[in-house]
Amino acid sequence: MKLWKQHGRFERHSLLLVIGILVVVSIGGLVEIAPLFWLQSTVEKVEGVRPYTPLELAGRDIYIREGCYVCHSQMIRPLRDEVERYGHYSLAAESMYDHPFQWGSKRTGPDLARVGGKYSDGWHVDHLTDPRSVVPESVMPPYAFLAEKDLRTVDLKAKLKAMKALGVPYSDADLDAALTDAEAQADPFSTDAVALRKRYGAKVVNRDFDGRPDRLTEMDALVAYLQMLGAGVDFSTYKAGDPANKR
Amino acid sequence: MSTAIPDRYRPTPGAALLLTLTVIGGLVMTVAAGLTDDPLFRLHSLIFVAAAVLGGFALTAGLGSELLRDEPDRYMDGVIRAGVIATMFWGAVGMLVGVVIAAQISFPTIFYFPEAGWLNFGRLRPLHTSGVIFAFGGNALIATSFWVVQRTCRARLAGGIAPWFVFWGYQLFIVLAATGYLAGITQSREYAEPEWYVDIWLTIVWVAYLLVFLGTIWKRKEPHIYVANWFYLAFIVTVALLHVINNLALPVGLLNSRSYSLFAGVQDALTQWWYGHNAVGFFLTAGFLGMMYYFVPKRVDRPVYSYRLSIVHFWSLIFIYIWAGPHHLHYTALPQWAQTLGMTFSIMLWMPSWGGMINGLMTLSGAWDKLRTDPVVRMMVVAIAFYGMATFEGPIMSIRAVNALSHYTDWTIGHVHSGALGWVGFISFGAIYCLVPWLWKKDRIWSNALIEWHFWIATTGILLYICAMWVSGIMEGLMWRAYTPEGYLAYSFIETVSAKHIENIIRTVGGLMFLSGTLIMIYNLWRTVRMPSVQGAEATPAALPAPVAA
Amino acid sequence: MTYETVSRFAQQFGLVYFGLIFLVGAGWALLPRHAETYRAAARLPLQENDL
Repeated sequence: MKLWKQHGRFERHSLLLVIGILVVVSIGGLVEIAPLFWLQSTVEKVEGVRPYTPLELAGRDIYIREGCYVCHSQMIRPLRDEVERYGHYSLAAESMYDHPFQWGSKRTGPDLARVGGKYSDGWHVDHLTDPRSVVPESVMPPYAFLAEKDLRTVDLKAKLKAMKALGVPYSDADLDAALTDAEAQADPFSTDAVALRKRYGAKVVNRDFDGRPDRLTEMDALVAYLQMLGAGVDFSTYKAGDPANKR
Repeated sequence: MSTAIPDRYRPTPGAALLLTLTVIGGLVMTVAAGLTDDPLFRLHSLIFVAAAVLGGFALTAGLGSELLRDEPDRYMDGVIRAGVIATMFWGAVGMLVGVVIAAQISFPTIFYFPEAGWLNFGRLRPLHTSGVIFAFGGNALIATSFWVVQRTCRARLAGGIAPWFVFWGYQLFIVLAATGYLAGITQSREYAEPEWYVDIWLTIVWVAYLLVFLGTIWKRKEPHIYVANWFYLAFIVTVALLHVINNLALPVGLLNSRSYSLFAGVQDALTQWWYGHNAVGFFLTAGFLGMMYYFVPKRVDRPVYSYRLSIVHFWSLIFIYIWAGPHHLHYTALPQWAQTLGMTFSIMLWMPSWGGMINGLMTLSGAWDKLRTDPVVRMMVVAIAFYGMATFEGPIMSIRAVNALSHYTDWTIGHVHSGALGWVGFISFGAIYCLVPWLWKKDRIWSNALIEWHFWIATTGILLYICAMWVSGIMEGLMWRAYTPEGYLAYSFIETVSAKHIENIIRTVGGLMFLSGTLIMIYNLWRTVRMPSVQGAEATPAALPAPVAA
Repeated sequence: MTYETVSRFAQQFGLVYFGLIFLVGAGWALLPRHAETYRAAARLPLQENDL
């Protein structure tokens, strides 16, 4: 009996310690993170930001798979030199469909938040295949194998479906058309491209990204993703104070 | 001891249950491997199956051969010996990968292999970071915490077979994570890259670890819970919390290796860096402070300088650390009030950190001569010094104006390595140099001279590494923002890359030296284990006091 | 909730609150009657291993 009592005291001490630790470490997290989930001003919806097309989403998964984020940031800070080097500073809204975010933490290579449209598809393919063939002093690894690998498309629909469940506004029609949309975007002569543009906006261009018209490769997907980065918002007309951007 | 009663064989409690679960788990994963159409998921299912087969054989053999004998009156040291071996093995692997990727950045034409994409920097870098943080550091923490909690509570580890499950379960987690990175399975959350099913597995292992640790504390024969255990407990509890919340994700399918994070954009970034920073705070700091609070007093044979200070240190450290995460997101799209909070608390963090450093260093007061005579003490003191330096540098880098320069550059990498190599590495090496003779019943380490070699080679390596990173980090930060008199950007990005070539080579050499030191240590430890055991120590191996009521 | 209100709150009440918590914590640790407990606790690691 006496032993049991003592046992209880010991347990109380250690459980108090555990509870104390949990309380103390929870405060900081709650105060900092929780408000972001209801604070409306954190993410203002901005004209031009849209969900990824299936091909871009597949390319984004390759970007993640290859660990591009360990050397390339996608977050331009509002500092003079960064804005001049990379373009308009990044808006919170521009990564609102990024599950997970790709802001990065290191610039062994340059920021990619607005790389879309800066270079031609051919440049990207050459650069990914052999970085030093276009930038002699580059330290980037070669990704020639992407052009040899067929894009895995069987789970594209499931990927869109998961994104939809997380709140990305894909419609059921978008889900059903995932495969045809992906193929249409990589085919300059596709008749399905009209439907693709209807779903994802007039700016989506269907073309053969990797220069191999007969195949839908991982290179197609990755280049399609890179070419849309930061190209959504039109900053020549964007006004931060515009009521349309504060919805 | 127990001679009168015939010693009937009793297996370790839980072994049969674990065997059953292993067989069931193996069968389930076999089915999963057969059903999935995702080759990456199949690879990992098969690794699970292989682990289940090996585990099943080992458990069956152990149960059959009476190796898994229940010994409630002894400390459980076998699992700690295994932990020490795993620590050194993964340490060498993780550091080797670090040297390889440093060489890739220095000589891209030599160390990249176009036909082997899985050896590219992007896949090896998570292998390096997870390898040294979770495989090396994690094993060091688990092994030392098992030692410390048993000795300071004077109780055998709780849970029967559970500590062995924690050990092997953690190794399986490491294997899954490492093969996943090479195969391209990643969530892209830095320091939390493993995918959803690996995260679930780690959660199971971690809960078992928490229960073993708490159970041992509950069995304790000392009225007080020694402060080192507080730090270990905070590390275990908080890492569980961080791990679960940061890895909330929706799998693309139950048989698919890919998942998407529950959060997006700003919220996701803050969650990730709340995790990322507190992985530093609770994995790499609190846990290793627990190590410091046991092994430094033990090695110099005097109590910690101020026990009161250690308590204040504990509560203020864990309270303040948790707020500091947003300093990783200065000038980003994160709201500024959150950035300011993060910066303020990062600066406040300086105080408890230095309180702990002073407490560790002053424990040597009256025994400073040991710095000269005992290279292990010197190693631990240098570890504490690096802790002080890194926790001084960190708050400085969290100031927005400084961060504007340092963020995205090599400076951050240098800062991390002064903490990882200097603090985490050296305090772990010190603890293991202490542990190996105790665990294998030797009176000393085989060669003191080799410890000296290890110390000096590794220290020089760290200094080369972090100085090179300071130079290259500040240089590239300044070059990015440099303007010509006409008002144009002075350098293209690639000019800032090629400007770092020499520093990258120096960093590779520094890393190679640190790795060499570790290899010397492994050789030295191996020779120590092979030395003849101490007379007498073998006769009564770490027996517990006889139970009062029989 | 705007940035201004949060920062004002953090700088006034937050500062006082954290100051108080710290003083209470430190005071508790420094209570003279805990001295003997701590002295004994600090010696825990130094006991012989096999006991």
